[in-house]
Amino acid sequence: MADEYGTDLVIGGHKIGSRLIMGTGGAANLEILERALVASGTTLTTVAMRRIDATTGTGVLDLLRRLGIAVLPNTAGCRTAAEAVLTARLAREALETDLVKLEVVADERTLLPDPVELLDAAEQLVDDGFTVLPYTNDDPVLARKLEQVGCAAVMPLGAPIGTGLGIRNPHNIEMIVAEAGVPVVLDAGIGTASEAAQAMELGCDAVLLATAVTRAADPERMAHAMRLAVEAGYAARHAGRIPRRYWAQASSPERDE
Amino acid sequence: MHVTINGERHELAPGATVDDALSAIGAPRSGVAVAVDGEVVPRVDWAVAKLGDGAVIEVLTAVQGG
Repeated sequence: MADEYGTDLVIGGHKIGSRLIMGTGGAANLEILERALVASGTTLTTVAMRRIDATTGTGVLDLLRRLGIAVLPNTAGCRTAAEAVLTARLAREALETDLVKLEVVADERTLLPDPVELLDAAEQLVDDGFTVLPYTNDDPVLARKLEQVGCAAVMPLGAPIGTGLGIRNPHNIEMIVAEAGVPVVLDAGIGTASEAAQAMELGCDAVLLATAVTRAADPERMAHAMRLAVEAGYAARHAGRIPRRYWAQASSPERDE
Repeated sequence: MHVTINGERHELAPGATVDDALSAIGAPRSGVAVAVDGEVVPRVDWAVAKLGDGAVIEVLTAVQGG
């Protein structure tokens, strides 16, 4: 079903029903996560790949299946292209999806993407038939190169993962949007609803967030706020905002003398 | 023979397969993936893929993250 502007979000042939993509990290337990996911209205949600543990089992996967939410495995924790490629292949095998959120970070302190390893991994995974959604720096040149090697979307950060600092370089995000021929997903850094709305107003096609919701005092309520914010930002973008002016312009007629 | 499954040493019968390794740790068969010595073993090969002595096996699933 097309949205009210007649445009569906399609990433590599996958139709994404909601422009709010959620992460599952940081929730205190699965019950809180479930309420937040439902309130967010999301249809696509990330998971990480880790060693199976008898106590946790496949709980998060069972939850997403029950809610009918598609799974987007990530390669979180990978520092090299080789690690990320192996993790993506394991995710495809375990979860039977060709979608992957490609993360290759340079260090634990910043969790910023390592551009060299990221581009290398992206190229290998595209060649291997994956639908690659790379978590990238807010660098228009790197975003262009990721698109050139065949990524199905680009996902620039607003600020480092988990910081809640919002969109530190809106102009770079606008430049990425202006150049991109694939969907742009603002990924990481969102702290509150106005920042999710801003991402959409800048022209992003979707927002991906986790911490802002899962670590909020009331995750369910924040998830609802984010849903409204993404919808509002998207609507505003398509409504065409007024130009900024230096001096005031009266909106009422002049008084009669 | 000895193998390492998710970082822990296990004793398996000679000729044991990936499937036997999964049983050894009580892993479910859906929602998991297996790498042996750094290579993914496709699900269809689990019952026939024999493990060598000293094999390093990783069994992964989806957890909360991202």
